[in-house]
Amino acid sequence: MDIEKRLLGKDKRAAARLISLLENKDPEGLEILKKLYHKSGNAFVIGITGPPGAGKSTLTDKLAKALRKQDKSVSIIAVDPTSPFTGGAILGDRVRMNDLSMDSGVFIRSMGARGHLGGISEATSAAIKVLDIMGSDYIFIETVGVGQSEIDIVKNCDTTVMVMVPGLGDDIQAIKAGVMEIGDVFAVNKSDRDGAKRTAREIEMMLDFNKDVKWRPPVKMVVAVDNQGIDELLESIHMHRTYMIDNELFDERRANNAKNEVVELIKERIEHTILDKSQKEEKLEYYAKRVADREMDPYSAVDAVFDDVKSALQV
Amino acid sequence: MDRPIRVLVAKPGLDGHDRGAKVIARALRDAGMEVIYTGLRQTPEQIVNAAIQEDVDCIAMSILSGAHNTLLPRVVDLLRAEEAEDILVIGGGVIPTDDIPALKEKGIKAIFTPGTPTQVTIDYIRENVAKR
Repeated sequence: MDIEKRLLGKDKRAAARLISLLENKDPEGLEILKKLYHKSGNAFVIGITGPPGAGKSTLTDKLAKALRKQDKSVSIIAVDPTSPFTGGAILGDRVRMNDLSMDSGVFIRSMGARGHLGGISEATSAAIKVLDIMGSDYIFIETVGVGQSEIDIVKNCDTTVMVMVPGLGDDIQAIKAGVMEIGDVFAVNKSDRDGAKRTAREIEMMLDFNKDVKWRPPVKMVVAVDNQGIDELLESIHMHRTYMIDNELFDERRANNAKNEVVELIKERIEHTILDKSQKEEKLEYYAKRVADREMDPYSAVDAVFDDVKSALQV
Repeated sequence: MDRPIRVLVAKPGLDGHDRGAKVIARALRDAGMEVIYTGLRQTPEQIVNAAIQEDVDCIAMSILSGAHNTLLPRVVDLLRAEEAEDILVIGGGVIPTDDIPALKEKGIKAIFTPGTPTQVTIDYIRENVAKR
């Protein structure tokens, strides 16, 4: 398959295959992405995050449908957790997006987090680029259900929507550091339920503490299953984009994200280089055993591993 | 790193019984596969579209409604039209023994009827997905 040519012709099978190659760290995939990278950067990338069961998939489905009415092409990357024991996963976000699967202007891809803990998978940012190059106008990234500190999504998107639901905790949860800080727009889903107004008020109070008053994240009440409040939420998402562009923050955010990405890739490469080498030479096993037997402390073990494989890094 | 096998587990047709599909999905997950679960009442067109976007190695369909002779071959035909016949297609559910030879002839590579140990299905998928 000539993936490169077919991807530029908006061929979904080519995009799907390229994403698989990148997920599996296939060098062929990286070569294609290197060649086409300059064609990316045109899609508006929106992160959808929030706790498990908040309605992220349903909300993403409705937002995508609203955009389809405006004839925009939409891609969705939905990440679900991978089993830490078997490496297997059940990726079930498509269940909420079934009508979209017949729409030729929509591409949906499910990804297992594959051991990555930040709410998305290691290959998610590569997958975003593929769908961007394919010519998607909008790309939604739906994270795994997050708890309090999975914030990698913000490093991969232009606007982050934090989806909350009533009944998850009190105002102390809302003012804790972590995921609550990354929302550019808040959506209180299932807002027909008891306690929705209180949840919205707690988010507003949390936002009141913010020093950056230039962008006050809007808090929108939605009932995704009934399609209530979706247009208003979409309008808020667009307002955030306009604000970012008008204040020259859009490029700044993308520059920050690019820097983050390069740093992450460096870390990954160093980790793989060192672990590969020390595992091949069975040094890791040797030091680990000594650490477990209290003959050596873990800090000195790291020093020793680094000394052993320094040559491996001098490439 | 070993590449996980990706399997689409789908329920074509109109019956609303997905216990079997969920048991299989869970068993495949525990066998280290990535299972894309699409839920109830899927048309063959939806199944094939999803399979292509998800770039799966295998489509596993559970059907209890009796419409297997129509719906399962339709999936194979659509895959062929998309030049995606390398995807392994298997089925399971309440399917009379008499129907199985014709289904196999039409490209459904294996049928697992009630009582099949999940390990048999797991082993079959592992051995028969196309090498990439």
